[in-house]
Amino acid sequence: MQAAEKAPAIAVKPEAVLLRVENAFKYFPVSGLGGLAVRAVDGVDLEIRRGETLGLVGESGCGKSTLARLITALLPVTAGKITFDGQDITKLRGRRLRRIRQKMQMIFQDPYASLDPRMTVGDILQEPLDNFGIGSVGHRRRRVQELLRLVGLNPNFTNRYPHEFSGGQRQRIGIARALALNPSFIVCDEAVSALDVSIQAQIINLLQDLQKEFQLTYLFIAHDLAVVRHLSDRIAVMYLGKVVETADRNDIYERPQHPYTKALLSSIPVPDPKVERERAPITLKGEIPSPVNPPSGCRFHTRCPIARAPGVCSEQEPALEAHGAADQVAACHFAGQA
Amino acid sequence: MGQILLQVEDLHTQFFTSRGVVRAVDGVSLHIEAGETLGVVGESGCGKTITALSVLRLVPEPGRITSGKILFRGRDVTKMDDDEIRDFRGNDVAMIFQDPMTSLNPVTKIGFQIEEAMTAHKRFSAGLAKGRVVELLKRVRVPAAETRVKDYPHQFSGGMRQRAMIAMGLANEPALLIADEPTTALDVTVQAQIIQLMKQLNRELGTAMMLITHNMALVASLCQRVVVMYAGRVVEEGPVEQIFDSPQHPYTWSLLRSVPRVDEARKDRLVSIRGLPPDLVNSPAGCKFHPRCPFVVDRCKVEEPPLAEVAPDQVARCWVLMRNARQEDVDAAKTSALSVEAAQTLKAQAKVGGVAGS
Repeated sequence: MQAAEKAPAIAVKPEAVLLRVENAFKYFPVSGLGGLAVRAVDGVDLEIRRGETLGLVGESGCGKSTLARLITALLPVTAGKITFDGQDITKLRGRRLRRIRQKMQMIFQDPYASLDPRMTVGDILQEPLDNFGIGSVGHRRRRVQELLRLVGLNPNFTNRYPHEFSGGQRQRIGIARALALNPSFIVCDEAVSALDVSIQAQIINLLQDLQKEFQLTYLFIAHDLAVVRHLSDRIAVMYLGKVVETADRNDIYERPQHPYTKALLSSIPVPDPKVERERAPITLKGEIPSPVNPPSGCRFHTRCPIARAPGVCSEQEPALEAHGAADQVAACHFAGQA
Repeated sequence: MGQILLQVEDLHTQFFTSRGVVRAVDGVSLHIEAGETLGVVGESGCGKTITALSVLRLVPEPGRITSGKILFRGRDVTKMDDDEIRDFRGNDVAMIFQDPMTSLNPVTKIGFQIEEAMTAHKRFSAGLAKGRVVELLKRVRVPAAETRVKDYPHQFSGGMRQRAMIAMGLANEPALLIADEPTTALDVTVQAQIIQLMKQLNRELGTAMMLITHNMALVASLCQRVVVMYAGRVVEEGPVEQIFDSPQHPYTWSLLRSVPRVDEARKDRLVSIRGLPPDLVNSPAGCKFHPRCPFVVDRCKVEEPPLAEVAPDQVARCWVLMRNARQEDVDAAKTSALSVEAAQTLKAQAKVGGVAGS
């Protein structure tokens, strides 16, 4: 199913890794296509270290949101192993799964869709505490006010409904809800994408403050690579169900090893007219192939500017191996040669 | 200086709602020269889209242009009758929107929709229009245009749909193309393709462009001049390089520093603008930006500044101006209002007894 995996370049102490994804697959069967499936996540290896922010980037349909749902045990894996704090969460059921879920929370893109319009903000924030039976009723009420204050909202807003808040305030409520159970790990899935720039900056700063205060580990998923670079310690790039490159945030931007990473980075306009006049984006030909039937060999070869196809690139799938900087891995036969 | 194509003078567009009168566009003046690319930036609700819709007289109910002039090649759009306005839309000015899927008819073939845009305006005969469809799709670089004209919108990807929309916009060779967040819904690599395409079209056809966006990077990439809007007003205007180099209005300055740059390692915190944009029914007295402005002085609270020249070709609506701002205020704004706010909440929360868990 996939090329042999190699050891990462830097041996990170096992206790430093909070979450490890090993050869994870998620296939969604397509009815009426005779056993065909959308290969949303197609053999992913990834580690998230304690206290870091790992940025996950890639274009629509590359599988990043599905991967987030596997990691938070909201979807079962088709195959593979995901360990959180040393426990394989793909095997957990019932109460033990609930206990793990308490430690991992999610913040979603659309603060309009992810809050129940018929619940007051107080109820929304108290619900997780009720579900897990945390503290006395009085304690829960105090905790709700504390959470509101923590995300910069007026603690007396508990009786208001989501529609009474602006988009940025609603995203703060989403963040407060994620914090309610004292998680150690939060997945932010396009958490700032729907917000206006000045509000986006407020939320980004808030996420950074909260991380420092509570030693949180973030998986930050976004398509805005500038925001990802600003927030992340390390960055993983996905293409068509696979991680194609992972590295330190500055290494990946300064010395991308995979031609897809390079193209992705060169596509982003910079808010500086002088830079823009000189910038020559690498334009990729064509579009992302169907995840039902990904290309043979390296799945990027159909759009790759340096691919040797027919040849090694169309025949052999490259493994994620050390290239470039110390903590950098890339899955490309000609890594760094673009 | 080129010939002035569009001149908007003191435009007011208001929405008459049960809550009161929403002053969405509140005295906007701007102009576009032939062949020029103008960026109109600002956040949601600043009036940039309503300004564009006003130019086309497409303001939705319960909105209305209440005063002002919109001169296109000297003719006042606000005074055109139904036939004239139909002729004006499409032939003189075309508009493309953010979401190409909702602007295309899902049950009609792409080719026919582009053809219809031409026959409806009677610029091209039916026979000629048919022939031009493939040529237009080729011009916007849709591969295999000959076969794809027979496709329906759902058979096109997001990027291809936006190309088809641009082809439709260009069908009648308008002098001005208004693009409202044309790349916001697209993936970055596709976005790069569309930006490239718009640059080429502007060069090849000399079509003037009014780009409405919240994305400063897009403005830097595509535009020659930029208009910054806040709360229904123009707060700053000037050549792109000058505005990016030395913005004089605190709102422009904050906008430019609130977005991280992909080509730079993380340095400072992002500048976040405290508070929220004003309610346009009851907007603040004085300068509309004063409640959120880090450089506010007493005069800002009572008297609204005029749009005054601050440098050659550059105007700004501010009593203070960034070049006169005190350095300690600039530094304070850079560390951002939120860190103070967060520090206070964290302190307050410590008093309540820490973050108690299970």
